[in-house]
Amino acid sequence: MLNNLRFKTSKFIDETYRVSFKFNNKTYFGFKGDTLASALLANGIHLVGRSFKYHRPRGIMTSGSEEPNAIIQLHNNSSRTEPNVRATEVEIYEGLVASSQNCWPSVNFDIGGINNLLSPILPAGFYYKTFMWPASFWEKYEYFIRKSAGLGKSPKVADPDIYEHKYIHCDVLVIGAGISGIMAAKMAAKNGFKTLLVDEKSYLGGSSIYDNSEFSKINNQITSSWLEKEINEISKLENLEIKTRTSVAAFHGYNFLLARENITDHLPINQRENKVRQRLLKIRAKKVITATGSIERPLIFDNNDRPGILLSSAIKKYIDLYGVACGENNILFTNNDTAYETAMSLIQRGIKINAIVDNREQIDSKISYEVEKNNIKIYKGYTVVDTYGYRRINKISIMKLSKDGQTVIGDKTNLNCDCLGVSGGWTPAVHLFTQSGGKLKFREEDQVFIPNVYPSDQISIGSCNGDFGLEEIIKNTLSSIKKFLDIDNSEYKTVETISGLNQSKRNIWLLPSNKSIGKTKSFVDYQNDATAKDIKLALREGFRSIEHVKRYTTTGMGTDQGKLGNMHALGIISETAGTKMGEHGTTTFRPPYTPLTFGTIVGRNVGEFFDIFRRTPVHDWHVANNAKFENVGQWKRAWYYPKDNENMHLAVQRESKAARDSAGILDASTLGKIDIQGTDASEFLNRVYTNAWSKLAVGKCRYGLMLNEDGMVYDDGVTTRLGENHYIMTTTTGGAANVLGKLEDYLQTEWPELDVYLSSVTDHYATISVCGPNSKKIVSKVIPDLDLSDEKFPHMSFKNAKIDNIKCRVMRISFTGEHSYEINIQANFGKSVWEKCMEAGKDFNITPYGTETMHLLRAEKGFIIVGQDTDATLTPIDLQMDWIVSKKKYDFIGKRSLYRSDTIREDRKQLVGLLTENPKEVLEEGAQIVADIKKSPIEMLGHVTSSYYSPNLKKSIALGVVKGGKNMLGQKLIIPMENKNINVTVADPVFLDKEGERLNAKL
Amino acid sequence: MFLINCPFCGEREQSEFKAGGEAHIVRPKQPTELSDDEWAEYLFMRKNIKGIQFERWNHVHGCRKWFNMVRDTSNDQIKAVYKMGEKPPVK
Repeated sequence: MLNNLRFKTSKFIDETYRVSFKFNNKTYFGFKGDTLASALLANGIHLVGRSFKYHRPRGIMTSGSEEPNAIIQLHNNSSRTEPNVRATEVEIYEGLVASSQNCWPSVNFDIGGINNLLSPILPAGFYYKTFMWPASFWEKYEYFIRKSAGLGKSPKVADPDIYEHKYIHCDVLVIGAGISGIMAAKMAAKNGFKTLLVDEKSYLGGSSIYDNSEFSKINNQITSSWLEKEINEISKLENLEIKTRTSVAAFHGYNFLLARENITDHLPINQRENKVRQRLLKIRAKKVITATGSIERPLIFDNNDRPGILLSSAIKKYIDLYGVACGENNILFTNNDTAYETAMSLIQRGIKINAIVDNREQIDSKISYEVEKNNIKIYKGYTVVDTYGYRRINKISIMKLSKDGQTVIGDKTNLNCDCLGVSGGWTPAVHLFTQSGGKLKFREEDQVFIPNVYPSDQISIGSCNGDFGLEEIIKNTLSSIKKFLDIDNSEYKTVETISGLNQSKRNIWLLPSNKSIGKTKSFVDYQNDATAKDIKLALREGFRSIEHVKRYTTTGMGTDQGKLGNMHALGIISETAGTKMGEHGTTTFRPPYTPLTFGTIVGRNVGEFFDIFRRTPVHDWHVANNAKFENVGQWKRAWYYPKDNENMHLAVQRESKAARDSAGILDASTLGKIDIQGTDASEFLNRVYTNAWSKLAVGKCRYGLMLNEDGMVYDDGVTTRLGENHYIMTTTTGGAANVLGKLEDYLQTEWPELDVYLSSVTDHYATISVCGPNSKKIVSKVIPDLDLSDEKFPHMSFKNAKIDNIKCRVMRISFTGEHSYEINIQANFGKSVWEKCMEAGKDFNITPYGTETMHLLRAEKGFIIVGQDTDATLTPIDLQMDWIVSKKKYDFIGKRSLYRSDTIREDRKQLVGLLTENPKEVLEEGAQIVADIKKSPIEMLGHVTSSYYSPNLKKSIALGVVKGGKNMLGQKLIIPMENKNINVTVADPVFLDKEGERLNAKL
Repeated sequence: MFLINCPFCGEREQSEFKAGGEAHIVRPKQPTELSDDEWAEYLFMRKNIKGIQFERWNHVHGCRKWFNMVRDTSNDQIKAVYKMGEKPPVK
């Protein structure tokens, strides 16, 4: 059969280079230059898949990215597998393995095909209507619906390929390298614009590049020859970059576009090693010229979806570009002249055309006369009413159309064929234009939507702008580009065109049938199996908005976004509803224009590059000492350090005990640090913290609480006065960037008169905290010159010091309630100072502890963690921290909100301690707190925010927020869990050493 | 994605910026003298206009400066950018 279908003609096919590939486990051959679709057609294969809902046999329908049916799975069951790939876009290569989707056990015999017989009971909205009740059954239905739905299979293992992102900035971006795109790119580049020309195909020239007909000529040359010279000329232009196999996916505002450049997909697998597979181009263009062409419309008639039914333009492309005949006995069905071009291409190669069915009564063009001269029967004023053949079309019935085109008259005539080409005219590809925010207008004469209002510096030219005739395209391209680029020289002296086509068209959205609509299957959306009947049903059921009809019938919701049938859906809606086409508008075209791989979207941001890891200067030591890590924001923080076979609980118990009994050491480098300088620094702190700062002496530290303007706690930390006009503020680890942002905001926008400068110095310093009864002895060994006596260096004070001649800042501050020191040193010395502390602490069993132990120790002391014990609904009063709110200060951020009617309510959630009846029982953080479990519904009083087993107190302790908790001290409450109720007593949130004896103990 | 003309740095990608809500809302100088309603007006009430809107933006991944922007929210056209403290150049 190969010989009958393959014609030696095309310069796009290398017949000396045979390529073998597998389709549904069978080996076939094609040639280099073939797409999977053209190679399958050359092997006589039309049936390639099953439809989504009815599992009807479907064949290749188009020759491009608009393909709704021929979507296949590549390399099934391998790491490179890719579902829902359009066979019309895959260039074949040695080793290609493709298989049909949505069919079982095989595409030729598919059990799901029973849905086709059941279709009378599967109308639009079937699932919505049927599986609504009983509601509890949904989970059972869902399993079976999901199993039978879906097209391809997603990969199960990691993608081995490399992807990347690239930014491109250019003066002019031209999308589409058809005849108008090529002309536009040449004019732009030759006039000094840095130009980028992209096209989704592997070749330049669009559909004109294989237009060898005598009926369309430019400057008396065959169109393709003229265009080849143009392409040859522009490929030498320095100002012009050309990218083929590059599909624009999204056109955003301000001329920002995303495109996918396909680099290796057409190469044999063994030539792809270490190469980037696909590249996401992020293009910022000063000007955009859209020349995306147009998509041929199918025609909507009964059984218009059988394998062997293709767009007429696709048949022309397969024969002219690939040298492949789609059938040996063809019929063309059209409402316009373009099908006659297909006819001429077939005639030139001696391929049989059984008939042309044209729904126009009058046809008056040179090309149609030429076709008639070749003894081809043209049925004028006829329509196809039915087609036959299960796995491949074998016959059609035609009938005469009435004058108004609303009904059919006379007798049925049957015609045999193995391939039917359909042409319903052309739809401008305005998808990218509308994505960019452009507004369309409807042109009544030929029933097309065309660009009307441009939202940015852009223009549409060629057939995507509604120019379909060769003369129009060239004339309008020249004049609009000259104007758009504001240039005098068009680079073209005279361009004379000859075309044998005229633009007459008889547009009938839904062709009439001799059957009632209920008995027909006239597909509008092939991929989602939406028929004209479904659309009419939706309208009968009351849907009016095009967006609603779309969702109810799923028209246009496939992976092809309804590139073929959306216009017909609109047409049928307006005809049925008796409204005007232009009034409905179109459904929204959303990016991407064609599907993108996940690989392209994420680029290099995979694995360890998925998000930034911030590591402290001591990180390597933690790793070497078996630390488990916790993510805090982007930081990797040491969580705990298990010894031997310790689990987390055991490790934390040991670490906590050691810190209180002797000495612990914590890497606190992740705390946010903001350097604050300026003559108004004290005043600034007065305004941003709830407490007073003016009287803080140089060399002293103070804890501060920061609120939002709504009075809720935002951040906390210790700030140290380093000098008269110099402070260093610490923030929570996760809040650092936001705090700096907030402070800058107030400084720049509310208080520009203040002389204050802020700098983030978080990364500049390593912070090592040594705590416990032996901390003083350890620090004195590390910094022997520093006087650590309580008189000289009391709690909440700071000293400059030196370790091995390196300057450092030492603060005596504590987050554990123990006597403790924080050493801040230039980051690159952090690890060696840490090691020095470990060495000095050897005799004191110095124990490194992680964030979990830190949390436990501070919970024993009732210290809050902003973000864990608070959640932006708690004021300092709610936290029982009234002591830190200055009564004297006139104003600070959030002050006024602390006495709004809502914030002074007595029954607000307030922070309390919780002690379990059974001291061994540890509560779950997040658990609900209630008083009365018999009440229905149970009133939720609050929840547990922090909970630990304290090895120092030898009992379970917890913090929680409870409505009116402040006044509930000693009251019994209940924590209801899945299988038990836990009794708790409300307690003081400070569980250990309320008097601060440990902190101030003489050591 | 917008291309924003930072008054300090020039044209930069939108991804370098952070939007900061409605502009020209001045923090009351004497909050303690305001009623709950007056304070709530300052604290919570913001306009959400279809059309010309005055906004605060921060070049957060650049110079860290706050500035103002006049933007038509119906079509995302940026009509003007100007520094904090300056009067809007358009009405």
